[in-house]
Amino acid sequence: MFDFSVVTHWIDGLLRSFLPEAATIVVECVLIGLCLLVGYALIALALIYAERKICAFFQCRLGPNRVGPYGLCQPFADMFKMLTKEIIEINHVDRFLFNLAPFMVIIASVLAFGCLPFAKGLQVIDFNVGIFFLIAVSSIGIVGILLAGWASNNKYSLIGAMRSGAQMISYELSIGLSIMTLVVFAGTMQITEIVELQNDGWFIFRGHIPAIIAFVIYLVAGTAETNRGPFDLPEAESELTAGYHTEYSGMHFGFFYLAEYLNMFVVSGVASTLFLGGWMPFHVPGWEGFNHVMDYIPSIIWFLGKCAVVMFIIMWFKWTFPRLRIDQLLRLEWKYLVPLNLFNLLLMVVVVVFNLHF
Amino acid sequence: MNSAPQEAVFYILAATIVVFSVMTVTTRRILRSATYLLFVLFATAGIYFQLNYSFLGAVQLMIYAGGIIILYVFSILLTSTDKDKATRLKNSKVMAGLLTALAGAVLCVFITLTHNFGPSHYIGDEVPMKVIGTALMGTEKYQYLLPFEAISVLILACIIGGIIIARKR
Repeated sequence: MFDFSVVTHWIDGLLRSFLPEAATIVVECVLIGLCLLVGYALIALALIYAERKICAFFQCRLGPNRVGPYGLCQPFADMFKMLTKEIIEINHVDRFLFNLAPFMVIIASVLAFGCLPFAKGLQVIDFNVGIFFLIAVSSIGIVGILLAGWASNNKYSLIGAMRSGAQMISYELSIGLSIMTLVVFAGTMQITEIVELQNDGWFIFRGHIPAIIAFVIYLVAGTAETNRGPFDLPEAESELTAGYHTEYSGMHFGFFYLAEYLNMFVVSGVASTLFLGGWMPFHVPGWEGFNHVMDYIPSIIWFLGKCAVVMFIIMWFKWTFPRLRIDQLLRLEWKYLVPLNLFNLLLMVVVVVFNLHF
Repeated sequence: MNSAPQEAVFYILAATIVVFSVMTVTTRRILRSATYLLFVLFATAGIYFQLNYSFLGAVQLMIYAGGIIILYVFSILLTSTDKDKATRLKNSKVMAGLLTALAGAVLCVFITLTHNFGPSHYIGDEVPMKVIGTALMGTEKYQYLLPFEAISVLILACIIGGIIIARKR
């Protein structure tokens, strides 16, 4: 299996050979930042195309099909349109907070994006509290949304922001608890170690019942956390025009749009890291030949493939279920998911203590 | 802080903390004040990360940025209108505030100068999560189960109090 740390170490050695240490670190930070942002933008474009196509097929339409073969260049055209649009200055808003809000949202999602293990040896941030750090930075985005809603000076935006805040604070609990269930099982929070531990079987198989319950809860809560349908009350277009980003135009709107798609990618990336083995190929203990064949598929394809499957499930229920009401949404979280989650955590502890897993 | 870039980052973080702390108390718009406070807390988390204590840094981000500031913003949104600007303070109040701040600063500087600190930076790797966990949950010397539980009782009391206040209409 190809280890990307060979490449990164080679670049590191090359830079160190002719630069002092301080300069090397600065250059490397800039390079990593550039790579992350390019990857971020490309994944967002791919996701926008996929979403429009999948949505179209669910509604018996064709979707984008004019720009390029099968409409493949449509997201690029959209991107250039967005980049060239004027950013409209609105009267009677708190200009500083209004302009700050999209950046808060995008910074939170880029930071969370940076924690993901993309392939063997291809990971930017690897603290020993890795997964906890990821949840922590992704919670910054809520502040951005609340500020956007308030600073727009528009009642629809404000209602959207309030709904979004209530929803994200509630569902953060479910996300945290279901991740904690898996941390109990893994015994570590470091992302590389979590992936490494799934060498002989992914956690969703090895942790059987509690892991599957945690996976389902994580998917539901993750969808709610990214404000996607059927939990898209904060931007419910039939009630609130567009919720918290109604007043934004040009690239500022684009930031919200990008962050929404990338948050979906981050959620599915975390789901595939914790439950489906991250970049780890599908291994069955004992089947040496089979495992060896699976190792020939590059690790980055495994990771992106798993993410794609999870994202397809998320899109699937966006275009299948109708939108919930706010009281139904909060009742689902506080009366069903949280108690179920706490029970599941206990079940996982029992499974780990009595060694009932595979 | 052993190398030049480390020191540069430290000074940037320290300057951020000082500037935004002052702006937090001088701005006249309450939501801006909350936002500046958020920046102060971010920079503090940055210092924890620089000390290689990533657990405390992540906790700082989670609790303060993800919890406390959101609660602040939420309560501001629920209670005040968008044209809410604080009225200018009277001169006597400004003077009193400055004097109190000065007294606080003198006290802090005195303690900082006379206290004998340990090593200026942590040597070694990140603190392993297991060590932090057992220290928080143990009952022996230098372990913190009792304060941990006492704080949870306090928080429970706060939650019940909040519910009672909210239900009295």
